[in-house]
This record gives sequence, C-alpha cells and structure tokens, in this order.
Amino acid sequence: MLSFITRRTLLAIPVLIGIMVVVFLLLRAIPGDPCTAMLGERATEEACMRFDEANGLDEPVFVQLGIYMKNVLTFNLGDSIRFSRPVMQLLIERLPLTTELAMSALAIAVTVGVPLGILAARKHNTIVDTATMAFANVGVSMPVFWLGLLLAYLFAVILKDTPISLPPGGRLSAGVFPVPYYEAWGWTLTEGSTWARFHEYVANHYIFNTFITAQWPIFWDAVRHMILPAVALATIPLAIIARITRSSLLEAMNKDYIRTARAKGAKERRVVARHALRNSLLPVVTIIGLQLGLLLGGAVLTETVFRLAGLGTALFDAITGRDYPVVQGFTVVIAAAYVVVNLFVDLSYGYLDPRIRQK
Amino acid sequence: MSTNKTQKTVELLEASAQDANLLTEQPTSQWALTLRRFRGRRSGMIGLGIVALLVIVAIFAPLIAPYPPNEVLIGKEDVGPREKPCVHVLGCDPEKPQHILGTDANVRDEFSRIIYGARVSLTLGFFTVTIALFVGSFLGAVAGYVGGWLDNVIMRIMDVILGFPSLLLAIAIVSVLGPGLRNALIAIAIVSIPAYARVMRAQVLSIKETDFVAASLALGASARQILIHRVVPNALTPLVVLATLGVATAILEAAGLSFLGLGAQPPLAEWGSMLANERHTVFTSPHLVFFPGLAIMITVLGFNLMGDGLRDALDPALNK
Repeated sequence: MLSFITRRTLLAIPVLIGIMVVVFLLLRAIPGDPCTAMLGERATEEACMRFDEANGLDEPVFVQLGIYMKNVLTFNLGDSIRFSRPVMQLLIERLPLTTELAMSALAIAVTVGVPLGILAARKHNTIVDTATMAFANVGVSMPVFWLGLLLAYLFAVILKDTPISLPPGGRLSAGVFPVPYYEAWGWTLTEGSTWARFHEYVANHYIFNTFITAQWPIFWDAVRHMILPAVALATIPLAIIARITRSSLLEAMNKDYIRTARAKGAKERRVVARHALRNSLLPVVTIIGLQLGLLLGGAVLTETVFRLAGLGTALFDAITGRDYPVVQGFTVVIAAAYVVVNLFVDLSYGYLDPRIRQK
Repeated sequence: MSTNKTQKTVELLEASAQDANLLTEQPTSQWALTLRRFRGRRSGMIGLGIVALLVIVAIFAPLIAPYPPNEVLIGKEDVGPREKPCVHVLGCDPEKPQHILGTDANVRDEFSRIIYGARVSLTLGFFTVTIALFVGSFLGAVAGYVGGWLDNVIMRIMDVILGFPSLLLAIAIVSVLGPGLRNALIAIAIVSIPAYARVMRAQVLSIKETDFVAASLALGASARQILIHRVVPNALTPLVVLATLGVATAILEAAGLSFLGLGAQPPLAEWGSMLANERHTVFTSPHLVFFPGLAIMITVLGFNLMGDGLRDALDPALNK
C-alpha cells in the first residue's frame, strides 16, 4: 500500500510543476504590471523601479520562476503585493471558509445524490425515476449564481420572520465572534510561531471550532449562514452524482452475480446493498473526486453571491489586481488539494475493489 | 408501458434488420438508424425542441421583441426603472404600457433584451465549441497518429490544463486577454480543448490498428489521407456528442464569467451580465434576476438533453 501511495504522489509531481509554471507565465502575460496596479497610472519610473526591487520583480522572469519554485519547496509563499502581508496569513484567513463551504456542499451532494440515484435505479422506468432524472437534468443546467440569488431571496425576503428564514450572506451575524479553541481551553501559544499559526488556521474553521468548544449559539449561527451557499454550490455535483449512481447501479443489476445472489435466496435489500451497490460505487467515487474542480470554480461565484471572504473571491481579486504572489501561492494550494483528493480517490478504489489492491 | 414494449420491439427488429438485412429491401444506413433511435428518446426530443425554439427566437429576434434591446424608454412611455412585469391579459392596468417581463434599471424592455440575449448565447456557444473542437481534435489526432515524444508533450500540456479548475483558468486567461465577450469565448475554448483532444486521440489510437487502415496504407495512402478519410469519419460520433454537451458548458461558463464582470460588457444584452448588473437589487426587483437566469437554465438544459439523447442514440452498446 505504501509503495502505491508513493508512486501515485511521485506521478503527480510533473503535473504539479506544470501547473505552477503555467500559472507563473500566464500571470506575467497579463497586461499591466503590479506597479501601476498598486501605485496608479501616474507612478514615476523611479518609484516603479524601487517598487519592483522591493518585491523582487526586477529579476529576469526565469530567475523569478526559480525563486518561486525554491520558496514553494520551503513553504515560503512570499508577501501579497496589495496587502503587504504574508500570503500564508491570507491563506490562514481565507482558506478555512472555502474548505468548510466545499466540504458542506460535497456532503450534501453525496448524502442526497447517492440515495436519489439508488431510488431512481430501483424504481427504473417509473414516475419516480422520470421525476428524479428530470430534477437531475435541471440541476446540472443550473447557473450557480442564479440559484444562490434565488435562494437568498426566498429564505431572506419571502420567508422573513418565519422559523426557517436564513441569512442572505456573510459568515456570521454582525457582532458575533467565536472564541478560538486554544483560548477557550486556556492554551498559551507563542505569538507568530508556526504552531500558533497552525492553530489559528484550524480555529478559523468556525463550524468545527465552535462545535468542539460547545459554543452552541455561535455554532448554529455559522451553520445557518452556511446552508444557502452550500446548497447552491452542491446542486450541480448532486445532480451529476445522482445520474452516475443511477446508471452505474442499473448496469450492475444486470450482472450475473446479481442473478446468483437472488437465486440463492438473498433478500432484495441485501442484493442491492451488498452486491450491486458496492460494485457500482467505483464510477461514483471517481466522479466525486472530479467534482473538486467544479466546487472550486463554483466557490468563486457562490462566495461572490453570498459576500463571503473565501479563497475564491481572494483569488479572483488577486488575478484581476495582478497580485502575483497571492495567485501563485493559492494556486499551489489548489493544485496540491487536487493531488491529495485524487490520491484518496485512487486509494478508495483499492477499498471498493480488492482486485485493484492486488495489482 | 405498452408504448415501451412496442419501442423495444421496433428496436429489436431494427437490430436484426441491421444484422442480416433481411427485413428491409434496402439496407438502412447507420445514420438513419441513429436518427430513428434518437426520435424514440423523449428527453432527447425535448432537448432538440428547446434548441430549435431558441434558434428560431434568435433568428427572428427583431420580429418577436417588441422593442430594440438597447432602447431607453425614458420620455417615450410612462414607465420607470425596474418596473414589475405588466401583462394586460393578466389584469395589469390597460392604461399602462405592456412589458411582460418588466423594465430594467435603465428603463429598457426586459423581455426584448432576453429575446436578443438568445443570439449572444447561441453564437457564443457555437463559436466556442467550434474552436475547441477543431484545435482539440487536431491536437488529439496528431498526438495519437504520430505518437512518441510529440504525443507525450501534447497530452501532458492537456493534463496541466485539466489539472486546474476550468472556471479559474478561464478567469486567468481573460485577465491576460482583457475582459470582453470575445476574449471570454477564447478563454472557454482553450479550457475545453483537452476533452476533445483526449477523445480524438483515443479514437485515432483504436482506428489506427484496424484492418481497413492497414489496407489503405498498403494501397499507398498518405498519413493525411488516412486521417481525413478513414479516422475522422469514424471519430465523428463521440465528438458530436461531446460538442453538443460542450455548448451547454460553454454557455454556463460564459454566463459565470459575465456575472463576474469579465465577459459581455454593458450595454450588450447578455443574460449573465444582465443578471449580474441587478444582483444587488434582487431583494427589491427579483424579476430582473429571475428571468435572465431562467433563460440561461433553459438553454443549457436544452443542449444537455439533446447531447444525452444523441449519446444514447449513437452508443452501439445500448442497441440491444
């Protein structure tokens, strides 16, 4: 198993480097430079030279690329040009929101999508099947930002003053601040140390943080704010997962081993759950892994609609504002996330299908 | 249920006819069979209907739309900005001018703008897919046919493009090229190239090994002739399906880019940017967000259904 993981990780490295180089070169191709973006159109040449020197932009492009690669290997992502703060600090503040959003969306997509697909396959060629697939077809055609705005309108305006009204944006209600778990538990952390920053990062997952420290009112507030964006973001993956589950299960139900299982008198429930479902989950797991890109792309739109300061909006601002270090740093994180998720997908193959483990 | 049975019977007959050519005097062509199978699929036909309707709307937009898309009605009619829909037959005051989807912030007729928006979205979807289809299948064909290091280089570049969330990559490319509808189109075309390249390459690799290609080679056909006359016609099927579904994705992504302000620019009547311009007023005038989004959804749905129907009709594995 270990050699399998090692091999998979090593294979991902060329793609990872490729992505970094492409992003680096693409950024350098954006018209206009960070200096005019930061100091304005009328910045003098001298001011720009000083600015470039301060930000390492006076080196030749390939030297910059080398420095960037070296820094990534040493976990140094540089400073944001626009905010004059370490990119790492921006990640600590922005990434947890997007992680929670994407995870919630994926959880909704899987817990609703897989059962829907099973239901449609079990009731094949009935009204239930048709309705489910019609719903799935509409779901994959849904513009995320449109659905988000409609949900916000429905739950914040039409259902206002009802028990099921939900906030239309933001991460927490105004004036609500969660206490980080390390403060709640009275830990003493050295300010600015790597360890302290790690805890700060973990505590910025508000739902997780308030859950483990039992700050229930704040926990519910965070969850209530998360529902609408997560549902909006989940719709397309949900529909895709439902469709794949249905077709995959339908195919498995026609196999000989299902007939054998029935012939030996197994209950229908057991036939589906133990024999058909497990064998039809492989394509489903693959699709779930592939949803990550869709979720990250959708996160830009969802975060814009719900006014959330996450990775997506930060990346969008950085690209349009020519904040090279931020884009480069965030890209590495996204690409690494891709590699890790796909690794998990491959590992789950081994769990679902013992034949793959053997090879 | 009985229709289902008849359909099954028809399909069985078709299959046996295809096998032995016994039932029909003239052999039915593969395309005629495909067409017949496509017609038998309800969702595919619904998709085709939606797409056909949209094409008609786009072509005859000036006849259908009551106003030009960019006509500002201030001083011409008694309407204000962001007025709610007013349909006379539904009880709206007959004294007031009829705007069945209301007016937008600049006092333009929303319905007319949505009608004209069909032109923008369909053109965009068509051109994006055409570019991606040609570039992608060319690269895939070269990679598959030539093989070796060239194959490696091309496909690794495709991997890198695929290794990045497509909307984020499109955002980055639009930043390089500058915002605008044409550049959004190019960006989306670039991010969708790998899919076509992969499909084409896989097709070329499998067709390359067939006997009829070996025969052509023996007859002295050049590589170009074999690619154009032997490989391309055989690879067309999956590419057509991919292209139809690709139009849906392209329209959805372009709307996303426009929503972020990187695609179509005002005053062009494009659904994504119409929606984006009004997103802050969704709580007071939801109709200006609802209708453009609905238009996007219906269009994307149409192409998705049509693509799925085509795929099912063209898939020989489903012929049983």
